[in-house]
Amino acid sequence: MTKVTLAKALNMGLRKAMETDPKVLIMGEDVGKLGGVFRITDGLQKDFGEDRVIDSPLAESGILGTAVGLAMRGFRPVCEIQFDGFVYPAYDQIVSQVAKLHFRTQGAIKMPMVIRIPFGGGIGAVEHHSESPEAQFAHTPGLKVVSCSNPVDGYWMIQQAIAHDDPVVFLEPKRQYHADKADLDEEATPPPLFSSKVLRTGSDATLLGYGPMVKTLMKAAEAAAGEGRSLEVIDLRTLSPLDMGPVFESVRKTGRAVVAHEAHTNLGMGAEIAARITEQCFYSLQAPVLRVGGFDTPYPPARIEEEYLPDLDRVLDAVDRTMGF
Amino acid sequence: MTEYLVPRAEGDVQYVQLLTPEGYRVEHPDYAFDGGEDEAGTIRGFYRDMVLTRRIDTESTALQRHGELGIWAQLLGQEAAQIGSGRALRPQDYVFPTYREHGVAYCRGLDPLRLLGLFRGVDQGAWDPHVNNFANYTIVIGAQTLHATGYAMGVQRDGAVGTGDADRDTAVVAYFGDGASSQGDVNESFIFAASYNAPVVFFCQNNQWAISEPIERQSRIPLYQRARGFGFPGVRVDGNDVLAVHAVTQAALQYAREGNGPTLVEAYTYRMGAHTTTDDPTRYRLTDEVEYWKLRDPIARVKVYLTRNGLADHDFFEDVEREAEELGARLRDGCRALPDPSPLSIFDQVYAEQTPELEAQRDEFAAYLDSFEGAH
Ligand SMILES: Cc1ncc(C[n+]2csc(CCOP(=O)(O)OP(=O)(O)O)c2C)c(N)n1
Ligand SMILES: [Mg+2]
Repeated sequence: MTKVTLAKALNMGLRKAMETDPKVLIMGEDVGKLGGVFRITDGLQKDFGEDRVIDSPLAESGILGTAVGLAMRGFRPVCEIQFDGFVYPAYDQIVSQVAKLHFRTQGAIKMPMVIRIPFGGGIGAVEHHSESPEAQFAHTPGLKVVSCSNPVDGYWMIQQAIAHDDPVVFLEPKRQYHADKADLDEEATPPPLFSSKVLRTGSDATLLGYGPMVKTLMKAAEAAAGEGRSLEVIDLRTLSPLDMGPVFESVRKTGRAVVAHEAHTNLGMGAEIAARITEQCFYSLQAPVLRVGGFDTPYPPARIEEEYLPDLDRVLDAVDRTMGF
Repeated sequence: MTEYLVPRAEGDVQYVQLLTPEGYRVEHPDYAFDGGEDEAGTIRGFYRDMVLTRRIDTESTALQRHGELGIWAQLLGQEAAQIGSGRALRPQDYVFPTYREHGVAYCRGLDPLRLLGLFRGVDQGAWDPHVNNFANYTIVIGAQTLHATGYAMGVQRDGAVGTGDADRDTAVVAYFGDGASSQGDVNESFIFAASYNAPVVFFCQNNQWAISEPIERQSRIPLYQRARGFGFPGVRVDGNDVLAVHAVTQAALQYAREGNGPTLVEAYTYRMGAHTTTDDPTRYRLTDEVEYWKLRDPIARVKVYLTRNGLADHDFFEDVEREAEELGARLRDGCRALPDPSPLSIFDQVYAEQTPELEAQRDEFAAYLDSFEGAH
């Protein structure tokens, strides 16, 4: 067992994946000598060489477009997008090429690549550095989308995503990179990649989230417990496909659900999740499924980002409202 | 794997230079510095501009260290590239900057506190670009080069090129970096500008680095030579020589204003500081390189030139120093006094015409905030 941060766990996971499969490549801006602006690829170029850890020219469409060709040649590219807001120059390649090639070629071509994106806010950054674009990818058939919330998941999920044969958008909560340490047992058997996980059991309402929100939800559940309220918390982990089984089971028990994410509320993941719960658990529901999200505005300047981001109070406020029905 | 990369050899670098690092004026067959009737006064002005710009930079770096700014993008070492080009502009010209053009902003008359607002996080660099003909800082690498080209196409359609009226003919400048030269947007802007013969000057500050990646990762040939492939002129200038930058930019601007189309200017310079205050350049570059460039400091050579030729006295330098001190103090106080935006301002200005949906979200959030009143 070692105690590691999310940043370290991802680094270890990437290293393991590169050791396991010589076809795994890392590519992106500043991922080589610098080890990435968040140091997630620290030391990998030194140990695996410039052919496998590729400092790319400054062009995101170029990174993703060449990754398509490398994948066709049998490699498994792991592309790093430096910050969420810089994925858009590559959006065309991701949505029109990466996502569709398997379908278009009737399975003749696989796109076993991972697109790593540090996402979410709360780091006091300037614009384009704090966004949550997950819905844009989850809405795109052909892509799979996952997000880790803690070091242990980070270690396993990155390896599972790399080993997976479909393109995976891998969202890393950048605010958590260096926040907490967790015990990592490298001998353990991880749960499947595309599975959600109950982190805390409860009976009054179900809290649903992923990535950076999970910590907030756990704190909210703790605070609520102090007031005699029992909240169940589920880390969704996978956004496309969604793993709704544990969610339905939970909501059938509690009758109430609150979904939280930093992304804009309008047409965010919460909307899809609320719709599915309503469709499948209608007769168990005691209240409408409530969403807590970022507002439907561009991400605000850093000095008021804490107002924008869903926090413990806003989650508990939603819990109050759902209990009040 | 990397043998093909062009070696970073000093002898390879050929550029327009009019003032050597040792402070001697030199001739160039194609370019001459035009300092107006009071040439010495103009050069003293450049010196003052560069010192004040450097002060804006060092003061802001210090403010970041004291937690007053979230981040700061340093321009240390690029003062001549920015002042030389910024001072070649006419009022009607229009600038599209990156996030590092603090010296150009200064030349355009933008209050540096507006820059601090962006880096402090009280706004997103919300100045009205039409006030100083200085567009908003653009963080997404390369995007602004297309904006500049489109603006220049508008200038053409307004008939503000090639009239011979010095107060009307307009040029547009797109600033960008060596790293940005790899972006699709930048290459597309070259195509558009060439295709329409747009009055735009592409001003690339090749500061040798894009965060940790050296210029060799972006280009096998000197960047200015790329222009040739797009069908317009390119020129490389010693970016640490304010006189040469001024002369070359002035010529490119005039060429555009007269309706001859785009030029690529590559200002060959060096990022003396870190990429930003969160960067640690010791991880990827050698101090030898930094030392080499220190000897090419853009401000020092002008000071030597002015002093050696008796064009500025002790009092002048003292005055500039005092002015820099005052500017520093004003920035320190002004930065701390920048008001935080109100939480509800998040909902303002998303649209020209506010939507009922967003208005409702705003009201809901206002009620939510009110519910805390008295609760604490
Ligand atoms: C589209 C996009 N990708 C990545 C980034 C992150 N980033 C910010 S600055 C930078 C390097 C820019 O280098 P260069 O163009 O040479 O300008 P310089 O910073 O040296 O002035 C990178 C990769 C970004 N801002 N936008
Ligand atoms: Mg650069």
